[in-house]
Formats: sequence, C-alpha cells, structure tokens
Amino acid sequence: MAAGVAAWLPFARAAAIGWMPVANCPMPLAPTEKNKRQDELIILNVSGRRFQTWRTTLERYPDTLLGSTEKEFFFNEDTKEYFFDRDPEVFRCILNFYRTGKLHYPRYECISAYDEELAFYGILPEIIGDCCYEEYKDRKRENAERLMDDNDSENNQEGSMPSLNLRQTMWRAFENPHTSTLALVFYYVTGFFIAVSVITNVVETVPCGTVPGNKELPCGERYAVAFFCLDTACVMIFTVEYLMRLFAAPSRYRFMRSVMSIIDVVAIMPYYIGLVMTNNEDVSGAFVTLRVFRVFRIFKFSRHSQGLRILGYTLKSCASELGFLLFSLTMAIIIFATVMFYAEKGSSASKFTSIPASFWYTIVTMTTLGYGDMVPKTIAGKIFGSICSLSGVLVIALPVPVIVSNFSRIYHQNQRADKRRAQKKARLARIRVAKTGSSSAYLHSKRNGLLNAALELTGSSDDEQHISKSTSLIESQHHHLLHCLEKTTNHEFIDEQLFEQNCMDNSMQNYPSTRSPSLSSNNGGSTSCCSRRNKTTTHLPNSKVPATRLQSMQELSTIHIQCSEQPSLTTSRSSLNMKSDDGLRPNCKTSHLTTAIISIPTPPALTPEGESRPPPSSPHPTMNISTTCSNVVKVSAL
Amino acid sequence: MGIQGMELCAMAVVIMLFIAVLKQFGILEPMSMEDTSDSDLELSSIRHQPEGLEQLQELTKFTKKELQSLYRGFKNECPSGLVDEDTFKLIYAQFFPQGDASMYAHFLFNAFDVDRNGAICFENFVVGLSILLRGTVHEKLNWAFNLYDINKDGYITKEEMLAIMKSIYNMMGRYTYPIVRDDAPIEHVEKFFQKMDRNRDGVVTIEEFLETCQKDENIMSSMQLFENVI
Repeated sequence: MAAGVAAWLPFARAAAIGWMPVANCPMPLAPTEKNKRQDELIILNVSGRRFQTWRTTLERYPDTLLGSTEKEFFFNEDTKEYFFDRDPEVFRCILNFYRTGKLHYPRYECISAYDEELAFYGILPEIIGDCCYEEYKDRKRENAERLMDDNDSENNQEGSMPSLNLRQTMWRAFENPHTSTLALVFYYVTGFFIAVSVITNVVETVPCGTVPGNKELPCGERYAVAFFCLDTACVMIFTVEYLMRLFAAPSRYRFMRSVMSIIDVVAIMPYYIGLVMTNNEDVSGAFVTLRVFRVFRIFKFSRHSQGLRILGYTLKSCASELGFLLFSLTMAIIIFATVMFYAEKGSSASKFTSIPASFWYTIVTMTTLGYGDMVPKTIAGKIFGSICSLSGVLVIALPVPVIVSNFSRIYHQNQRADKRRAQKKARLARIRVAKTGSSSAYLHSKRNGLLNAALELTGSSDDEQHISKSTSLIESQHHHLLHCLEKTTNHEFIDEQLFEQNCMDNSMQNYPSTRSPSLSSNNGGSTSCCSRRNKTTTHLPNSKVPATRLQSMQELSTIHIQCSEQPSLTTSRSSLNMKSDDGLRPNCKTSHLTTAIISIPTPPALTPEGESRPPPSSPHPTMNISTTCSNVVKVSAL
Repeated sequence: MGIQGMELCAMAVVIMLFIAVLKQFGILEPMSMEDTSDSDLELSSIRHQPEGLEQLQELTKFTKKELQSLYRGFKNECPSGLVDEDTFKLIYAQFFPQGDASMYAHFLFNAFDVDRNGAICFENFVVGLSILLRGTVHEKLNWAFNLYDINKDGYITKEEMLAIMKSIYNMMGRYTYPIVRDDAPIEHVEKFFQKMDRNRDGVVTIEEFLETCQKDENIMSSMQLFENVI
C-alpha cells in the first residue's frame, strides 16, 4: 500500500500534534520541502496516445522509471511532454498501477511482450494483483515450457557434431532410431519380434483341431515344437537387445532401475526359468503362472509408440485425481453395501449373505454394469439399489474431466513439440539464408569497390550507374565495419565455395611435382584442409563447377581477371589450373596477394580460355596489378 | 424389527428426495429465508458525498487547490467517501511498522469523528486537519485536550491519561533502547499530572491544561512544527 502511505502521510504528521503536550523534551526540526511544487498535470505521450496524470501520482513509486528522474531522459522540450516509443495498450495497465496501486494483467496480451514492458518501466511482476496473478503465472509457465522444449530439441540436434565413441553411438541409436539407418532397422526388427511373440502367445491357446480321442487341443500343444522355436527366437532377440542396451547405457545402474528395463527383464525371465525347471511336477503349476508374465512383452511396444507413453505419463500425473476417485468409490461402496445387506437381510434365499458379498453387487451397480447375478428383492432394497446406481454415475463422472483435461494438455504439448520440430527446419533455413544474404552483400559491395577501381583504370563508365546503386546508410556502415575488421586482422572475408575451392587448390599445390590432373590426388589432398566439410560436395577443379561459378560471377557483374605468372600457356584445362595456382597463396594459410578473378557480364567477349580459367584460381582480391601474358584484364583489388 | 425399520428409512429417504425436487421447482417455498440479499445491497450503497468546495472553504482554512488535492487522496483510498475505524487503523498502522498503533488510532478516530457516527467523512477529515495545520495554538491545544479526554466530559482523569500514554508507548514496539519498562507509562503520567494539575484534585481541566501549556516553551514551539505539512 505504498500509494496509501504517501497520500496519508500529511494526515499522520498532523495527528502527531497529539503527542506534543505529553512530550518532555523538545522535538526535532521538521524537514523542509525545497521547491515545493503545486501538484501539476504532466503529459505522457506514448506512441501518439496522450495520457495525463498528476505528478504526485507517478511519484508514489519512486523506484520505477516514471516515478524517478529517469523519465527526464524522455522529456521532449519542444512539446513539453514525455514521449515514450512503446505500446500504448500495455501502458494503460501500467499507468493504472500508479493510480490504483494494483497492477493487472490483460488476458489478450502476449506474456513476453507484457514482461518486456514491465521491465522497461522498472516494475516487478510480483506486484501483480491477486485477481490476475494466477493467470499471469500460468501463462508464464506455459511459455517457459514452450521455450524449454525448443532448447531441448536444439540440444538434441547439436549432438551430432562431436565424435562419439561406440558406446555413445549405440545409446543414441537406441534412444533415437531416426539417427541412422541401422538404428531404424533394429527398431523395426525388435518391433516385429515383439508382435510375433505376442501373437504367438495368443494363438497358442486357440483350440485347433481334435486329436483322436475327441479331445480339443490348443494349438500350443499340437505344434509344441514350432511354438517353442518361435519363443526361443524371440527371447534370444530380446536378450541380445537387453544386453546391448545395458552395455550402451551411460549409467548402468540407472538403466537397470528404469521401468522399460524392468519390463524387458520380466518379459524374458519366464523363458529361462522354464528352461531351468522343465520336468519338475511340483512347480509346473507355478511355471504355468509364469507364462502369464510373457504378456508383459506387449509393454515393450511403448518404446515404439508415442501415444502409449503419453497415456502412461497422463495417468501418472493424474495420480491424485485417480486416488480421489478410488477413495470416494470405496466410501460409497462400503456405505451402500452395508445398507443393502441390512435391507435384504429379511428376504429368503437372499444372495446378500454378508457385507463383503454385497460389495460385488454395489460395484456392479455403481459402474452401471448390472450383471444381474445379485438382485434385491425387498422394496427397501430396490429403493436403495436405485439410489446406489444413480450415485455411482455421479461419483465416477466427477474426477473424469480432470483426467481428461490433463491428458488433453499433455497431448497438445506433444503435438506442439512435433509441430515445432517441423517448423524449426524452415526457421533454420530462413536464418541461414539471412546470414548468407548479409555476408554475400558485403562481398558484393567489396567487389563493387574493386569494380569501381577497375573502371577507373580502364576508363569505362558504362557500368558505373549499375555498380553504384545506392546501398542504404546502415548497410554501408555495416560494410565499413567489416572492412575495418579485415584490416585489423589482415585477413579477408570470402564465401564458402571459394574457401573450399582454395582448399582444393591448396591441396593441389601441395603436389607441385606431380602436377597431374588426376582427380584422385586432388581428392586426397582436399581432406586435409577441409576435413570439416566431409559431407559437402567437394569442388573438383576439372568438374562442372567452373560453369556454375561462372554463372554466379556473371550475376555479380564483375570483371574477369586472371593473374598468370607462368610463361607457358597450354590449352589443357588442368595445366591452366596449375598455372594459376602457382600464383595462388592458399587462403587457408596466408593472406597476402592472390589473384582475383571476376567475370564481366559480356560472355561473347570472353575467350574460351578465359572461361576455363576463373574457377580454379582463387578469387581472392589481390593487391597486385600484374601484367598478364594473355588478353585478360588484370585488376588490383582492394 | 429390522426389516420394517429399513423400510421406514427407505420411505423417509424417498420423501426427502421428493421435497428436494419440489424445492427446485419453487413450488414449496422454503420456510426460513431472510432478506439477506437486501442487507447486502444496503451496505454497498452507503456512500457519502462531501459538501461543496465553497462550504468547505468556509469551514476550513485551506485553499481550493489544497482541498482538491486532499480530496483526491482521500477518495483514492476510500472510494465510498467514508473511513470506518478498521480501515483507519490499517492506514495508521502503516506508519508504525514496529509497534501496535491500533489503540492510538482508536483514540485518533474518535477525535476526528466529531459527530460520533462511526465513520469519518471528508468534512470531518478536512476540518480536523485544518485545526491541526492552520489553526491557532489555542485551537490546537483544544484539539489535543479533546483527544486526551476520552469520554468528553471536560476532565482528563489519570485513567484516561494512562490509556493514552500506554497507546503511545505501544507504538514504539518491543525493540527500543532503553527497553520500555512496564511502569514507564505510569511514570510519564505522574510527571504529566505533576506539571498540569495545579489544584491537585486528580483531574486536569481545560483551563489548567491551556495555562500550563502556554507557559511551557517546548510545547509551544512544537506546536508550530507541522505548519508546512500541506
């Protein structure tokens, strides 16, 4: 109640006069109010909407932006008002907080936008009034869950980068079958065998055909050997799978305690126990009971099915509601069983022999099953029986919506996670495009700078307008910044393809003696420099890459340059490559002068020679102008 | 017998259910239903509007702007226009976090609520403040006497003074230096009476009070202390 305190302080101070006659010593001096202002209206202009309030209203909370001198930073001298470039809708709530002392959270507002506004104005979210606090907290938790799911899935994706040892690879393969084809195969195989095992168990008990002696035999006994072989095969697969999982688990102790592993063990134990005690008559009864546990193999499907897992999780999270349901049902059963027993006590041949015997009737009636094996015969019994069935419907219907809403929430969360994973790819692609866009914009502008210099040299001004298209001020400043970084580190930015190209060329350079155009050596050499780029297609100097590169170059409308320091010109492409490479310093190592190759948008003018030349050489901007022995223009870049 | 007993029970249950269903249809008017809804309406409609600004200006020594500012603060805290004793105690307790200000707030409430209707309206509030902040020393001392005289009979007895003193000491709370002894209020009251009670008759009248206070330098100077509060 800070607002209250401030408003009533003058009153409390005035009332202190009541102590004065009682006091024995003199009072301290009162603090003087320097430049005591009359209460004035101040105007707060939030994105064009004007709010007005008293100055003292805002000063009630001096540790916020509006209550302190921080708002002076936003004072606009010309219009004599405080201008905030923020959302006026949320500002309404914030200003109401100053006025009434209670901060409300509007339901239509996005929770993160609201949080940002609160942070801007220096208001703690804990001040939100009780009326809106619950909603706020719920939305915040929901949002946090959403973001957490995002982070989780991101972390899962990134795990592919570091190299894993065998154990970790196996564990990852078990947990996420989609990571490799082998894991997928294993996944489907185990699923198939689980299905086979379950079907075997079921079919074993079906009677199939009679045996001489007019006795119906179940299939299990007729084809005992076949079923035994099937069972053995399944159990072997399951055992192998279990042992492999045990081996691969990061924490074996924790794995052994987990639910899925217990199910696995329970599924395969009956077989081994059966192997051990085959011919002992006494325990064969127990052995038959053990076979029941074979049905637990069906739970192994939960590894394969998302829906089963959700169901299990829902039931676990609704434990309290289920517990309540059970408790209330038990209470009702006991009450009605007692009543029915005493009501039916008098009637002859009554099935209600004791209260526990009446339990069966009560359960069957309350769940509206109504088998009819126990029926009340007296009037009182019938009346109470009908009340029992009516109340049964009510008691069971009450906790069910809670469970349903829980399930719905968890299910939707799962759907949301799946949707997000699908959207993530698109989002990442967009981000990548944006990044490459901005970096290529920079390289483009650099080449334009080159081109400008080149054009100055050659004196042609045809493409000047084309080149000097107006980049925005921000872009030019950004490029200047990148340029300064280049100068500082003495290295230069190039794009991905050229980088790989250089690696290739660098590898080629490493075999100067061979100078063979064979592709194999090139392949071998490239890995050293570009080991990280295993998956991307390596550009072979003699491949079709040149053509594409040419196209891209042509789009950039840059000049074709080649620096060749080799006197001998041969028409073979490979040797041309060699030549250009000699003058090339691999980008990987140093950064000094390398040849730049830029293509002009006038293909006809280019000789076939020129066409083949550009790709192999590195398109590094050079600092040199060197004379060529060909008819290609050489330009110094940068 | 058991059977007949159960049948009777069953009949009773059926009749009860029947009555419940009839109640739903409103055919059977329930016997005891007070007009509880009306009383709720009554409470929420209690509202008070103060007299006009001009009248208040005549009653008090505040300017129009001061009255406006005071009313805005008052109305913000009490939208209904009236302060009841519990709200008053709550508000006053905000200023004394360490001690218990409820007793003193009770006495204050009675001092402000001159027409004794259990609630302070804006006129009472502003008239009291006017005396305290803009009144003459004489008026202020009168107000203080009125505060101490709990039963408003014109005399301050030792019991009344003791009650006031205890309530003032309660506002200090437990954590003081030196620790408040149990007989500190009593001592203080004795000292007070020694100073004020001229004719030693065990009570302090208004004349004795005024006379003694006007002779005491400390008291006179402290009366001017809160001149510029508003």
